[in-house]
Amino acid sequence: MQNQRKIRVLIAKPGLDSHDRGAKIIARALRDAGMEVIYTGLKQTPEQIVETALQEDVDVIGLSILSGAHKTLFPMIMELLKQKGLTDVLVVAGGIIPEEDVPEMKKLGIKEIFGPGTRTDKIVQFVFENVPKRT
Amino acid sequence: MPKIQEIARGVLAGDRRSIARAITTIENNSPKAQELIASIFPHTGNAHIIGLTGPPGSGKSTLIDKIIREYRRKGKTVGVIAVDPTSPFTGGAFLGDRIRMQELSTDQGVFIRSMATRNYLGGIAKATKNAAKVLDAAGKDVVIVETVGAGQSEVEIIKVAQTIVVLFAPGLGDEIQAIKAGIMEIADIFVVNKADRANADKAVMDIQAMLQLNNKEKKWKPPVLKTAALTGEGVPQLIERIEEHRLFLEKKFERKRSREKAEAELVEAIKEKVASSIIEELKREGKLEEFLQKILEKKMDPASIAEKLLNRKFGKQV
Amino acid sequence: MSDKEKINEIAKERERWEKTTLPKWIGQSPERKSEFRNHSGTLIKRVYTPEDIKDLDYMRDLGFPGEYPFTRGVHATMHRGRLWTMRQFSGYGTAEQTNQRFKYLLKEGETGLSIAFDYPSIRGYDSDHPFSKGEVGICGVAVSSLKDMEVLFNGIPLDKVTTSMTINGPAAMLLAMYIAVGNKQGVPMEKLGGTTQNDVLKEFFAQKLIIFPPKPSLKLVTDIVEYCTKHVPRWNPISISGYHIREAGGNAVQELAFTLYDGITYVESCLERGMKVDEFAPRLSFFFAAHNDLFEEIAKFRAARRIWAKTMKERFHAKNPRSMWMRMHVQTAGFTLTAQQPLNNITRVTIQALSAVLAGTQSLHTNSFDEALALPSEEAVRIALRTQQIIAHESGVVNTIDPLAGSYYVENLTNEMEERTMEYFRKLDDMGGAIPAIEKGFFQKEIADSAYEYQKEVDEKRRILVGVNDYTTEEKQPIKVLRVDPKVEEEQVTSLHKLKSERDNKKVNEMLEKLHYATEKDENLMPIIIDAVKAYATIGEICDVLRKIYGEYKELIVI
Ligand SMILES: Nc1nc2c(ncn2[C@@H]2O[C@H](COP(=O)(O)OP(=O)(O)OP(=O)(O)O)[C@@H](O)[C@H]2O)c(=O)[nH]1
Ligand SMILES: [Mg+2]
Repeated sequence: MQNQRKIRVLIAKPGLDSHDRGAKIIARALRDAGMEVIYTGLKQTPEQIVETALQEDVDVIGLSILSGAHKTLFPMIMELLKQKGLTDVLVVAGGIIPEEDVPEMKKLGIKEIFGPGTRTDKIVQFVFENVPKRT
Repeated sequence: MPKIQEIARGVLAGDRRSIARAITTIENNSPKAQELIASIFPHTGNAHIIGLTGPPGSGKSTLIDKIIREYRRKGKTVGVIAVDPTSPFTGGAFLGDRIRMQELSTDQGVFIRSMATRNYLGGIAKATKNAAKVLDAAGKDVVIVETVGAGQSEVEIIKVAQTIVVLFAPGLGDEIQAIKAGIMEIADIFVVNKADRANADKAVMDIQAMLQLNNKEKKWKPPVLKTAALTGEGVPQLIERIEEHRLFLEKKFERKRSREKAEAELVEAIKEKVASSIIEELKREGKLEEFLQKILEKKMDPASIAEKLLNRKFGKQV
Repeated sequence: MSDKEKINEIAKERERWEKTTLPKWIGQSPERKSEFRNHSGTLIKRVYTPEDIKDLDYMRDLGFPGEYPFTRGVHATMHRGRLWTMRQFSGYGTAEQTNQRFKYLLKEGETGLSIAFDYPSIRGYDSDHPFSKGEVGICGVAVSSLKDMEVLFNGIPLDKVTTSMTINGPAAMLLAMYIAVGNKQGVPMEKLGGTTQNDVLKEFFAQKLIIFPPKPSLKLVTDIVEYCTKHVPRWNPISISGYHIREAGGNAVQELAFTLYDGITYVESCLERGMKVDEFAPRLSFFFAAHNDLFEEIAKFRAARRIWAKTMKERFHAKNPRSMWMRMHVQTAGFTLTAQQPLNNITRVTIQALSAVLAGTQSLHTNSFDEALALPSEEAVRIALRTQQIIAHESGVVNTIDPLAGSYYVENLTNEMEERTMEYFRKLDDMGGAIPAIEKGFFQKEIADSAYEYQKEVDEKRRILVGVNDYTTEEKQPIKVLRVDPKVEEEQVTSLHKLKSERDNKKVNEMLEKLHYATEKDENLMPIIIDAVKAYATIGEICDVLRKIYGEYKELIVI
């Protein structure tokens, strides 16, 4: 029997902003790289994001936010992930996140923050290299 | 990753993380999947499995959202498996059904899982069936499977359901034609969604006309309903019909239908086991290519090869 | 020689040039690329000649400024008469803070106000809704009730300014509040001037800040048009917007075609309501983006005016020339701003703004150079406004009208823009209109494909973005980022709670009930919404009533 493992990714947009151009381009690039991408649309609450990650058993969560609410929402998301035991999920983020906030966000456990202008293939490569190995 | 028995115990206890992991095991077609199914199997058979299929964009996911809400109002728990195609070129998939049900994702009485077809031999139908078993064993009262009604493989997927609902939207005349091939015969309930649009009544009539030709002798006469999934109009009536169909199955055909189903499942399982063991063997011996070549060169037909291989394996005429 | 003979002569000469002079040059140093294209994918020729506009008929295709088909401008004197309105979109924090910013901008020479609302207001939630957490006052000003609006315009007489409100789903509520503020200041509705964006169609496929499904959304838009036509005659009830289509990834042709087609849809909806085209069409206005490719953008704006005029005349049989006017507001494209080497954005914005001015815009917003990083600082906003003032007063481009008319290149591009737009119109007509196209995901797919293609060009360096994929530098330019104090949310929530306990709640409930009733009966909702906001019913409360009846819309995702 063949093992059919695929990398599963949740692309999530917390916050109320609607700038999904970046999120969708990333979703498409990851899909074209052979991953299974779950995109849940705009306006996702931290609870919805974490529950979705759990039910879909994803390996990776990509958070995209441009509303400026990351300082409120990211800590909530990371805390909920911890509570639900989803500590082995790779979390990355993108959007408009000022340079000076990056260290704080990384301390929360967000592995990488991709600022505006990041090449999509860099992001795809990062996911391949950092996705947690499962047995 | 925890041991498979631990996952199985978790599933039976209704633990959401375990349910998710169990479905992953199944869709990865991992060797442990069978062990998992074996341990949960005795606890299955309680959920009512509903299949919902129809053309792309006809409103399946939106309707499921409303169906879930209705069942929740009645105090039932619901599991959903939403299947989307894997790209044959990249092997990737975009799973976008759950967006329409996303508000329900935090309801602990609801579990929604997206699955990609992954394009492996007979795989998705089996994986869907087993994923439904996981949700069933986890105590969900209702399990809904969504697929796009397009090709043969979708027909196979939807057959895991006990009640099959086929959805249309108005103004899709050609698509009714295209789809009826495999699905008209197996549908238990027809729904014309987007009833808020013009032409919904015409679509209902078209379907009814088609059914007249088809269903003279059937005991269960598939009803044709109208819904507006955006507002939820017509959904309570749909649920009533689904329940009626469930009772119908239980009362009249239960034994026969489940015996048939058991048989079908056994046949499936044997097919898969035998096929994969023979293929694996050929691969080990490095003979697979040789046989494929024979077919390509038209030196031997597939059926004769199969027979030869079977004889070799069991050492006698079958 | 006849014109035709002249063209033939030129064609011959061009062929000769291509055989003799050109190869020598190319032989010595080949061109930098095998082909040159603009954002819409048009293959750009090496050089344009009279051959490329040989079918151009001056009076038919261009005409004079202020005359049909308005290609050269909707006014006869254009910027020689009146400069465009310099309108800087702004808003953040509490109503009080934004009120200060407004006063600052007016003092600096701005001539019109433009309100940015925060996401909760845009999406029809009050500041104390769970969804609003972390969002209050961040990307715009928080307005939950008439109280906030009163503070926002404190000391700004509404008969002295015009105000543009970037609001769509809850446009009716905010317009109602504006009317109510005017009322309190003693300014009657007839004297209020300004614009509500109120363009819900593009929300479904571009901007996606949607509350209600397409049909009721379109109904609300039509209510506003109908109401304004009767009672607020100086108000532009809709600003039909291509800006967001572009920002979402559409190219210039898609921006043009989809925007104008949305316009057609609104006109049809108003006609269905029983209005006469010449009653409401003069008040329809447009909003476009100005992107980087200077001539492509100029061609887009010029083509837009011509297509709209023709559409109004031929498709809708408008008689009043004003119905055929396309008046436009332009904003420089936010997407083109880079977080890398942010000061470079000043240059980008200048080029973009220039395209809008050269093409005769009525109103302009220039982005601040730091907006790819955060909210614009006061300094950055001032530079952005100064950019417009420099173009207006120093560059000399405003001294004559439509200076690029007659350019072989620009006229050829303008024609091409029109042709490709008409192709989209035909496709959309065949699909049964804008709403079926939205439901099929047609616009969404077109935009997503263009966005993906653009990104690939950048990734593969087929498109150079200075400071991003070339000419990069290591050092960072330290710029001061404006941040909204998290206390704003607290303050806002406190004052909202105070309002909710102090107002006449019996009256509020009565109004909300009336609204419910009117909504079910499918009446024009403007009058009752005005009464409701006057009783201090909040945006969230009003939208909740409508959500209950209309349902909420979930976007159709196409990647
Ligand atoms: N007017 C109207 N639109 C509807 C209705 N139900 C769904 N839609 C819209 O139809 C579009 C597709 O809905 P989905 O629920 O995603 O359809 P689907 O059949 O699951 O689509 P796929 O999974 O992509 O095949 C969305 O824009 C819905 O809002 C309805 O009853 N009336
Ligand atoms: Mg679906």
